[in-house]
Amino acid sequence: MKEIVVISGKGGTGKTSITASFAVLEGTRVVLADCDVDAADMHLLMQPDFENEDNFFSGELAYIDQSNCTRCGLCEQICRFDAISVSNGKYTINPIDCEGCGYCARVCPTQTIINKKLMAGKWYISNIKTGSHMVHARLEAGADNSGKLVAKVKNEAKELALEEQKEYVLVDGSPGIGCPVISSLSGATFVVLVTEPSVSGLHDLMRVHQLVKKFKIPSGCIINKADINPEKTSEIKDFLLSEEIIHLGDLPYNEDFTKAMIEGKTIVELDRGTLPANLKDIWEQIKILTT
Amino acid sequence: MINRTPFKIAIASGKGGTGKTTLATNLAACIAEQQEVVLVDLDVEEPNSGLFFEGRLLHSEDNLKMIPQWDESKCTLCGLCPKLCNFHAIIQLGPSILVFPELCHSCYACSELCPAGALPMIPRAIGKLNHFQNGRLHHIESRLNVGEEQAVASIAKSKKYAADKLPYVNVHLYDSPPGTSCPVVEAIKDADFVILVTEPTPFGLHDLTLAVETTHKLEKSFGVVINRDGLGNNEVIRYCQAENIPVLARIPNNRRIAELYSAGRLIYPEFPEIREALKDILDYCLSAERSRP
Repeated sequence: MKEIVVISGKGGTGKTSITASFAVLEGTRVVLADCDVDAADMHLLMQPDFENEDNFFSGELAYIDQSNCTRCGLCEQICRFDAISVSNGKYTINPIDCEGCGYCARVCPTQTIINKKLMAGKWYISNIKTGSHMVHARLEAGADNSGKLVAKVKNEAKELALEEQKEYVLVDGSPGIGCPVISSLSGATFVVLVTEPSVSGLHDLMRVHQLVKKFKIPSGCIINKADINPEKTSEIKDFLLSEEIIHLGDLPYNEDFTKAMIEGKTIVELDRGTLPANLKDIWEQIKILTT
Repeated sequence: MINRTPFKIAIASGKGGTGKTTLATNLAACIAEQQEVVLVDLDVEEPNSGLFFEGRLLHSEDNLKMIPQWDESKCTLCGLCPKLCNFHAIIQLGPSILVFPELCHSCYACSELCPAGALPMIPRAIGKLNHFQNGRLHHIESRLNVGEEQAVASIAKSKKYAADKLPYVNVHLYDSPPGTSCPVVEAIKDADFVILVTEPTPFGLHDLTLAVETTHKLEKSFGVVINRDGLGNNEVIRYCQAENIPVLARIPNNRRIAELYSAGRLIYPEFPEIREALKDILDYCLSAERSRP
């Protein structure tokens, strides 16, 4: 079983549309994992049935039981996150600032502070239109711990793929280079970097590539909207060459991506223009590279 | 009117790549034609706004994070510290204690509760803060070192630096990271007004609804800017009307804009209607009621 992770550094380069296309091309042999749990969109293209749903608890939040509080002020003194405030002698925790470290609860002399387990979101296993499954999630608005939810989604997808003897787990990652991205990279067979020829696209590609290098995972790159700035495209190609990243192919700027999205379809299902053929070529290359 | 504290406007979105940086940089440059302005790039994982200005570096410093360091000579191997850490950043492996600095949240619990005083806190550089100036525009960014997981502290640091060093500048713009989780909350939680940038597509709409949820939860005043207007469908505008969310501006879907952006150039100098739109956005933000702190 191979695990292919699609990331980009910069947001909005086309990760989800491209990942969804690969999933449709490979059909029942792929378990999809939508690991962009902050802003998950894959379900809009895959007609999931949300068959299995489960709550995801992660992290803690301190809570002060006022009836036992002696107002000694120790919790406020030790909190490094300024999450405890006092007004009229009453100590309260600001849930937005509380990191859930549990320090205050440990030192409270009357044990009046308790740590509540936090509901960080929900995760699902769905049957999808490809005849296979997708593992996906929804993070609570403003929640912490997206990295842990990413790990959960990924591990469930892997287990499912092993159980059902699937060839591939295809992971749609989040933008950035922080904890959710790091979490989505662990254990990957191959990384697909999706970029665009802009100053930001290249800048972010360089940073996310540094991260991938730390994990020593082989990678390939797709340049989306390649014709928007041919000069930048060739600059990106030079970078790929110098860093020994496989150039998987270029995709033109094409509003068909949006048209397909509005119909709830992937671009390969829209079946017009050259995009479906381009994506098919790229996917075949990835398959060869991961055998 | 005398502003005692700067008016802080956060530019955010759920979905990445909707045009946050485009709006933030153009708005900042446009304001700077008239008055001083601070642009703080809070996307510390992928800071891009600096690509659109040639600024003079005024100041640079390490962003430090305090982490525990194991002092073998004092440690009694009592086994308490791994139990104290809610973030699994400390483990005991045979006769040694291992600290995972990337996982540490700097709560000090292990250090201060260690009976032997064997875990003193030491600073560790996790990135750099840079302060640039270009005419009336101050640009502040923090860049997280690649491999670091905790963005929140660097975001807080950038905002604080701007507030401490440039309190006399009336408008502080925050270019926020994408998503809806902890880095975004940190970026917008003390803003006076939030601008959510979206695009009129199903992904754009879906992620806008998530961003609206987060913004509501933080009790912020906010409005929406629709980028690439004309692409996709009318669902975003319908949603905003149904929810009574003010649409502050619509930036047209135009290949030339994408080309200018790709080259690291500002768009409003070439599009008078966008210059007007930016002025309207600023006026709206400043006239809006300040959100609760």
